[in-house]
Amino acid sequence: MITREEFKTIAGNGIWKQNTSIAQILGLCPLLAVTTNAVNGIMLSLATIIVMAMSNFAIASLRNLIPHEIRIPVFILIVAALVTVVDLLFNANLHELYLVLGIFIPLIVTNCIVLARVEAFAAKNPPIQSTFDGIFMGVGMLWTLALLGGMRELLGNGTLFGGIDMVFPDLHAIHLLPESYPGFLLALLPPGAFILLGCMIAWKNWMDARMAQRARQKPPEPLATAGCH
Amino acid sequence: MSEEKSFSAQGMAVRTATILFIFVIIFTASLSAAYLWTKPAIEASAAQEKMKLVDEVLSRSEYDNALLDDTLTLPATTALGLDEPSTLYRARRAGQPFAIIFEAVAPDGYSGKVRLLIALRTDGSIAGIRVTQHKETPGLGDYIEPKKDKNKKTPWISQFQNLSYASIADKEWKVKKDGGHFEYYAGATVSPRAVVKAIHKAVRWANEQGDALYAPTGAAK
Repeated sequence: MITREEFKTIAGNGIWKQNTSIAQILGLCPLLAVTTNAVNGIMLSLATIIVMAMSNFAIASLRNLIPHEIRIPVFILIVAALVTVVDLLFNANLHELYLVLGIFIPLIVTNCIVLARVEAFAAKNPPIQSTFDGIFMGVGMLWTLALLGGMRELLGNGTLFGGIDMVFPDLHAIHLLPESYPGFLLALLPPGAFILLGCMIAWKNWMDARMAQRARQKPPEPLATAGCH
Repeated sequence: MSEEKSFSAQGMAVRTATILFIFVIIFTASLSAAYLWTKPAIEASAAQEKMKLVDEVLSRSEYDNALLDDTLTLPATTALGLDEPSTLYRARRAGQPFAIIFEAVAPDGYSGKVRLLIALRTDGSIAGIRVTQHKETPGLGDYIEPKKDKNKKTPWISQFQNLSYASIADKEWKVKKDGGHFEYYAGATVSPRAVVKAIHKAVRWANEQGDALYAPTGAAK
């Protein structure tokens, strides 16, 4: 089973400390191409979460049966099979979105995040921990891509959650800026994604630096106030 | 992991190959299962996708057959700008020919080809036209696609509605700037010019083909 401590470490690593997009900077190809709006980013991340959770679980369960010498072909085989299943499911149930995400669902196979987590975590840890690692790495990707997609969309089109009708036919995009907003094409093009991603990485580093500074300054305080609680 | 280092090279190879083979079998089987399970839904959504496009050019109330199953394969036709075979759909009402829906390509758009879907009734009138694929300049020439057209009530492409090959003289099949009949928006004439030309050629072609396009089987000339 999984302890509370382990769970917290795995979640913290996935969501913030080793965030795939703004700390490990992996999987930039889908990140740039897909995040022209928040919905696309969220849906691709959900597909990636499913693949990562399943592949981490499968590989952690089978890790003692996989000879070390041929682990990479076996990992790729398992990941590719799971991606194909997810691809078929998207095609069957979310056809319009499937057309938008296009090649990026099959490309999850070659997304370095998936193989990196399989090799670095699932091959060495029990199934439950590995599944959570897959999920939280995916959640980390989800919020980053959603935020990046949302910002690009808002700057580029003045809307939020455009294309939501492809997932829920009854919902519509939110127009946050007036109809007359001229649009800002740069935000929707790949360079805009690079610029915004750069800003997000800077923001993360700034937050980390601030937290580290606080942690350095703090030690005397807890000692002094410890008795008050 | 393999702790039995005493294996001979051959034994190792056979053992590794067997394990890899077993994995391949298991995951291929699960892939086949997923494929068979999702196949009906995928086919249904592909048909739905096609029908959505068809619905834009021809209203469903006008015909009563299963139009996606009543098709004719057109060979590569220069009059339609097609350089590969394409499918023509035939709408019928009470068994009688009513309209054809086919693809045409304008090869001379501002940046590349403009693909069109044309619905033409038996009386020669155009039921509807949609641009299905183009790379025209965003904000300039892309108004040929009604979604991008600022005039939402009567988009540019709707002016072709109910016209027919016979109702406009050959030399009038041009944009107004070139002395023809058709509207265009100032600033972008190349895209509408290409579209008008392609539609003209397409309706003339359909007019020449006549009833052959409704023949039960066999390809048109």
